[in-house]
Amino acid sequence: MPPQSLDARALAALAANPGCGRRALLDGAGVPKAALAQALGSPSGFGQSQFAFMRGHAFEARVKADGGTELLRLTHACLGGGPEPEPGAASVPDLTAAGPEGRAARTELALDEASAARTWTLLDHPMLALDVAGTPAFLEPDAVVVAPDGTWTVVEIKSFPMIDGSADAAKVGAAARQSAVYVLALEQVARRLDPAPEVRHRALLVCPKDFSNLPTASAVDVRKQLAVTRRQLSRLTRVEDIAATLAPGTTFDVTRPAAELAAAVDAVPATYAPECLAACELAFHCRDRARAAGELTSLGRSLRADLGTLATIDEALAAARGEAGDPDDPAVSALRRAGALRAEALAGGVRCP
Amino acid sequence: MNPVPFPFPANPASFDPGAEATRATDAILRDTLDGAHRGVVVDSPPGAGKSTLVVRAALELAAAGRPLMVVAQTNAQVDDLVLRLAEKNSDLPVGRLHSSDPDPYDKALDALPNVRKSAKVGDLSGLDVVVSTAAKWGHVKDVEPWRHAIVDEAYQMRSDALLAVAGLFERALFVGDPGQLDPFAIAEAEQWAGLAYDPSASAVTTLLAHNPGLPQHRLPVSWRLPASAAPLVSDAFYPFTPFRSGTEHADRALDFAVPSDGSGPDRVIDEAALSGWGLLELPARHTPRTDPEAVRAVALVVRRLLDRGGAATSERAPEPVPLTADRIAVGTAHRDQAAAVRGALAALGVVDVTVDTANRLQGREFDVTVVLHPLSGRPDATAFHLETGRLCVLASRHRHACIVVCRAGVDTLLDDHPSTEPVQLGVTVKFPDGWEANHAILSRLAHHRIPWP
Amino acid sequence: MSLIDNLARLDAATTGRAQPRATVRHRHLSQRPLVFVPLITAGEAGAPLGALIGTERTSPRLLTVAQPRDRDLRFAFLSRLAEILLPYVESYADDVEPAERTEADPETGKRVKVEVELCADAPQLIVPSRTGIEFVRLLGRSMRFRRTAEQDPDAPYPAPPRVPLLGRWLTHYGERSRVPGSSLLLAMTDLLSRHWATGQSSLEEQHLGALLAWIEAPEGTSGADAALRAELARDADGQLLCPPAGPATDPAFDNQLLAPAIERHDRARTALAAAADGVEADALLASLGAAEREIDALVASRTRPTWDAVWRGLDALCTLPEAPHTVDRWRGDRWSFTGHRDRVAAGEPPQPRVDDAVTAANKLATREREQARLDAQEALDDPLVMAGRRLAGEAFAGEVTDVVMAYSEGRAPRPRPLVTVRTPDRPQLDEGVKAYRSLAGKPQSFQFVTHTPDGALVLRLLDKMGRGKEPEPGSVPEVGDHVCWTLFEHEQRGGPRLPDPEDTPWTHGGPPETAATTPAVGTPPAPVGDRPDPVTAEDIL
Repeated sequence: MPPQSLDARALAALAANPGCGRRALLDGAGVPKAALAQALGSPSGFGQSQFAFMRGHAFEARVKADGGTELLRLTHACLGGGPEPEPGAASVPDLTAAGPEGRAARTELALDEASAARTWTLLDHPMLALDVAGTPAFLEPDAVVVAPDGTWTVVEIKSFPMIDGSADAAKVGAAARQSAVYVLALEQVARRLDPAPEVRHRALLVCPKDFSNLPTASAVDVRKQLAVTRRQLSRLTRVEDIAATLAPGTTFDVTRPAAELAAAVDAVPATYAPECLAACELAFHCRDRARAAGELTSLGRSLRADLGTLATIDEALAAARGEAGDPDDPAVSALRRAGALRAEALAGGVRCP
Repeated sequence: MNPVPFPFPANPASFDPGAEATRATDAILRDTLDGAHRGVVVDSPPGAGKSTLVVRAALELAAAGRPLMVVAQTNAQVDDLVLRLAEKNSDLPVGRLHSSDPDPYDKALDALPNVRKSAKVGDLSGLDVVVSTAAKWGHVKDVEPWRHAIVDEAYQMRSDALLAVAGLFERALFVGDPGQLDPFAIAEAEQWAGLAYDPSASAVTTLLAHNPGLPQHRLPVSWRLPASAAPLVSDAFYPFTPFRSGTEHADRALDFAVPSDGSGPDRVIDEAALSGWGLLELPARHTPRTDPEAVRAVALVVRRLLDRGGAATSERAPEPVPLTADRIAVGTAHRDQAAAVRGALAALGVVDVTVDTANRLQGREFDVTVVLHPLSGRPDATAFHLETGRLCVLASRHRHACIVVCRAGVDTLLDDHPSTEPVQLGVTVKFPDGWEANHAILSRLAHHRIPWP
Repeated sequence: MSLIDNLARLDAATTGRAQPRATVRHRHLSQRPLVFVPLITAGEAGAPLGALIGTERTSPRLLTVAQPRDRDLRFAFLSRLAEILLPYVESYADDVEPAERTEADPETGKRVKVEVELCADAPQLIVPSRTGIEFVRLLGRSMRFRRTAEQDPDAPYPAPPRVPLLGRWLTHYGERSRVPGSSLLLAMTDLLSRHWATGQSSLEEQHLGALLAWIEAPEGTSGADAALRAELARDADGQLLCPPAGPATDPAFDNQLLAPAIERHDRARTALAAAADGVEADALLASLGAAEREIDALVASRTRPTWDAVWRGLDALCTLPEAPHTVDRWRGDRWSFTGHRDRVAAGEPPQPRVDDAVTAANKLATREREQARLDAQEALDDPLVMAGRRLAGEAFAGEVTDVVMAYSEGRAPRPRPLVTVRTPDRPQLDEGVKAYRSLAGKPQSFQFVTHTPDGALVLRLLDKMGRGKEPEPGSVPEVGDHVCWTLFEHEQRGGPRLPDPEDTPWTHGGPPETAATTPAVGTPPAPVGDRPDPVTAEDIL
C-alpha cells in the first residue's frame, strides 16, 4: 500500500496527542492506520455517512459556483484585499496536472502568476507540498484566494452551520488547525517567490448560514494554531530515524498475521488517553492495551493529576487501602483520606447537621 | 482603536524613562480632564505606577472641583487607595463606601480624620472622592450620577460588573494590567462568546468593542521589574504593548554577606543575584500538587535567602537595604501548595514571608520572589495551569530576582500538550497564549538552571 | 471531579460495576416525564429523520421523515411533534397555586410583593444524551421564527399552525437546561453519570448504552464487558447491536440500510406521481406505503433500544431517595415554566436570536448563583458529596469537646460562645474565616478563632441564639455533639440589580436597537431579532 500523506485525520490525531510515540511513528511512516486497526481486530469505527458526504460536496460546489463569485464576495467582505470583485470576472486557473508533484508545481506557478497579475484569483483545490520531517506531505485545501493586494488566503468550506453568527467551537477549532497547516505550506511557497507575497494568518471559514444552504463566512485567526503546529512539525522525527529505533525486519504490512502485527505495534510505546477515541484510528487497540495494563490515564487524563507517581489502577487502590505506598507521599495520604471519607459516607456518614 | 504610538526612540541609549513616563502620564491626565471622549483606557504593565496614576488623577480631578467615584475590585485595593490618597493629601475629603459585613474595611482608615466611612452612599454625598468595590457600587441605586469615575484593575473586572455600575458615572478613566489573570465565570457562558457584551469578558474588552474610538494609553516604564526581567516579561506577555525597565542593570544589585555553601539553594540564589533569574531544577518525576521535595526546596531557598544576610541595592536608597522576610514572597498556583509551603517554612522557623497564590499576589511587589512552577511535576497541563496571566503574575512581582523551583521535563510536557482547543467565532484571540509564553519563560530559565540534587 | 469520585471510578474499573457518586437523587424526576429520542440526518443541520416520543413507557409514538430533505414531510413531522408535545406542556398550565413575587411597582418603582400564579407542577422533558439537548435547542431555534399562514398570509412556505409555538417552548427548555441544577430538560447520560461512576472515562460515559451497562450489571457479572459490547458489537451485517443514542446515526446504518430505503421511497413517490390511471396509482400507492413502513421500521429499530435505555435509566435513578433540596430547585423550574407560560399568553414575540447585554448578564448571574446553590445543597443533602468537600478542605466534621460561654463587647453584650471541635479533617482555615452549620435547615454562622495546642479548632458562635442574654436552648452545640461545618455559605446572596435593557449604559453600546430606531422602509415594523429566517426554494429546513 502506498504511504498516506498527512491528511486531516492525521493532523487531528497529532493535535489530540502530540506526545504519542506510536502515533508519531505510524503517521510519520505513512502507515494506513485504519487498515492496521482492522487487521489488529480493533476497527476504528470512523466512517462517513453518504448523506453527510453528499451534502458536503453539494455545498462546496454551490460556494464555488459561477466562477467563485460568491466565495470571492465573502472573502472580500470578511477580509478585504482590494476592490470589490466583479461577479464572474475572477480568474480561476486550471490546476490539473499529473501526480501530486505535478499538481503542486502547477499550483505554485498559478500562485506566482496570480500574485503578479494582482486580480482576484480563485485556486480551486490547489495542491501544496509541505516539508514534514524531511519528506514532502501533500495537502489539498478546499481553496486559496489571491487578492488584488497580493495576499493569499486559505479557504475552508465546511458543511456544519453557522447559526446566528456562531458555530460548533470544536469543529471550528479543527478547521483552524487544518487551515494553519495550509498556511504553513503556503508560506513555504511564498518564500520561494520574489517578492514574497503575504499569506494571511486569518483563514476564511465558509459554512451554511442558519438552516439554509446559503453560504456565510467568518475570518478565523489562526496565529495560535500556527505557532503550535510550527513547533509540532519541527519536532517530528525523520522517518529514517524512527525506523532505526525499530527491531530489524519490523513491518506494519497489514497483510501479516494479526499476532505479528500486534507485536510490531506494541513494540512502539503509546500514550493512550480517551481523547484519542475521537481522533486516532488505532485508539480502540490502544485502549484495550491500556485497560489491560490498568493505566490510570485510560480513565481520563485529569485523573492522574492528583496521583503523582502512581500510574496504575492497582497501585492507586493498594495505596488507598493502605496496602502499599509511602504514607508521607501526599498522593498516598490523600488517597487514604479519600478512601476513609468515602467509606464513612457510604456507611451512613456524617450528615450536616 | 486609537493606540498611542509607541514612544520609544530608535536608540535605546537615549531613552529617558522618567521623561517617557511623565509624557505618558501627562497625556493621560489631559485626556481625562479635558478630553472629548467619555472614556480613557490605560494599560499598565507590572510596576509601571498604576496606583500612582490613579491617585494623581483622583487628586487632580478633585482639585479641579470635579467630585469623582472610584471603583476598585477588592476591599484591600479600596483601602490601599484610600490610604494613598490620604498620604498625598490629608485634607482631601474622602468617602469609603463599605459593605454591611463585620470588619468591612481596614482599621487603619479610622486614624484618618478626613476619611468618612459608611455603608450608605447618602452619608458620603458631597465628598470629593468616594471609593468602593465594584460589588458594593453595584448595589447603589437612585443617586445622581457622578460626572467622573476611575475604574481600577479594569482588566480584572467582568463586563457584567461594569454593566451594573456604569450607570453611576458619565465618563471614566479605566486603568489596569492586561497581562494579569482574566476574570472568569463559574457557569456556562459560551453562548455569548464573540458578542461585544459577553458578560464573562473583561470590562475593557466590552468597553472598547462598543467604543472603538476611545483613547488608549499605556504606561511605558516598569519601575519594579529590573533590567534583567523587563525585556523577557515584555516580550513574553506584552508583545504588542512593550515596555521598558526604568532602571539599568547597574542600578540594582543583590549581595549576600554569607558565601555559598555549594548547595543547590545557595547556587541558585547566587545565580539569581547575578542574573535576576534562577531555576532550581529537581529531577523529573510525576508528583501530586504538594510535591514534598519541591515544597521543601522552596522553603530551603527562602531560609537561605534570609540566613545569608542579603542586601538589596537600588535607586530607592543610597545604602543597601537588608533583604528581610517582608521583602520576600513565595508564589504558587494552588492554595494547598501555598499551605504546604507555609508549613515547610514554619518547620524551618521562617515567619513573615508572604506565601500566596498568583491570584492573591496580583498587584504586589517584593525584592525577591520564589516561585513553585505551576507545571512542576504534573503529568499534564490544563487550561488553568497554562493561563498566561498566572505565569505573568508569578514572573513579575520582583524588583531584584526571581527564583523558580521546578521538576525537569516541563518542556516535554508542553510539547505533549494536546492542542485541541475549541475556537469561538468572533472572539478576539488572546495573545500571547499560555503555551507559547511558558515556552518563552522556560527557554530563558534554561540559561540559569541549577540541577539539584 | 474530586479524588473521592476518582476513587469510585477506580473501584468501578476493578470490580467491573458502577460505584455510587451520590447516596440520594439530586435531580427532581417528574411523575410523568416526556421522553424524547430524536434522530437526525447526517450533515444536515437540524434535519430530523425521526423520533420516539411519549410519556408511556410501553407505547411510544413513532415519527419519521421518509425523505429528510423534503420540506413538506419535515413540516408534517414538526406538526405531529407539536401535536404531542404542546398538549403535554399545556396540560400543566392550568393547575396553579397562589404565590408571591417581588416586582417593581410600575408607578412608584418600589419593590413590592404581588400575588401571582405559580404552576403546581411542570412538564419535564428527558432526552438520552447531551447532544439531544443541543438538538432540542436547534429545533427550537429553527422553528420559533417561522411564520404560519395565519400570521403572515404572504409567507413563503408557511409553517404548520403550532410549529412556531413549539419552537418557543423548546427554546425555553433548551435555555433553562443551562441553569445548574434545573430539571425541566435533562439528559439521561448526565443524570446517570451524576449519580454513578463507571470504570471508563467521562468521554466514554456519553454513550448511554455503555453507561447503563455498567450501572445495571448484576452482582457477579461484568458491567465492563457488557459496556464494551454495547459500544462496539456489530451483527453479521456490520450494524451496531446497540445503536448510538442519537441524534446522530451510525454511518454504517446510513449507508447500508437507510440510504437504500430512502431511495426506494423516492422511486415509489416518483412513480406514483407519474401514474397513468387510478388502478396503477393504487398499486403504486401500496408500494409507497411499503417503502414508508420500511423506513418507519428502520427508525424504530434505531430508536427503540435507546427509548428503553432511557426508561431503565429512570428505574435506576428511582432506586435513590430524592434529595431534600431538589424540591426547592424544582420550585425554581416551576417559576421558569410559569413565566414562559405567561409570556406566551401575553402574546410576547419569540425569544430573540441573540440576548441583549442586560439579558445576557442577568442569565449569567442566575447561572452562577444557581451553581453555587447547587454545590452547597448537594453537599448538605448527601454525605458522600460532603465527603468530597471535606477532603478539599471546604468543610469539616468533628466532635464538640468543649463549650465556653463568652460575650461580645459593647453596651449590650450578646452571647458569643466559644466551641472547641476535634476533627480529623483539614479545613483551609485562615484567621477570621466563617464556618456554617445547618440548624433546623437554616445556616448558623461561626468564626474560626484559633487552633488549640493539641490541634483542635476553636470557633466562635455568632448568631441564631435568640434575642436574650442567654442563648436559646438547642441553639448552641453541646459537648459530645457530632457536627459538620462548611466554609461555604448555604444560601446565596443576590447580585447587584442590573439596569433595564432600555437603560443599557454607553459602555455596553447603549440601549439595544429596536424597530423604532431602525425603521425598515416599506415593511411592517418587526423587531430586529424577530424576523423570519430567509428561505430558499430548495429543500432545506
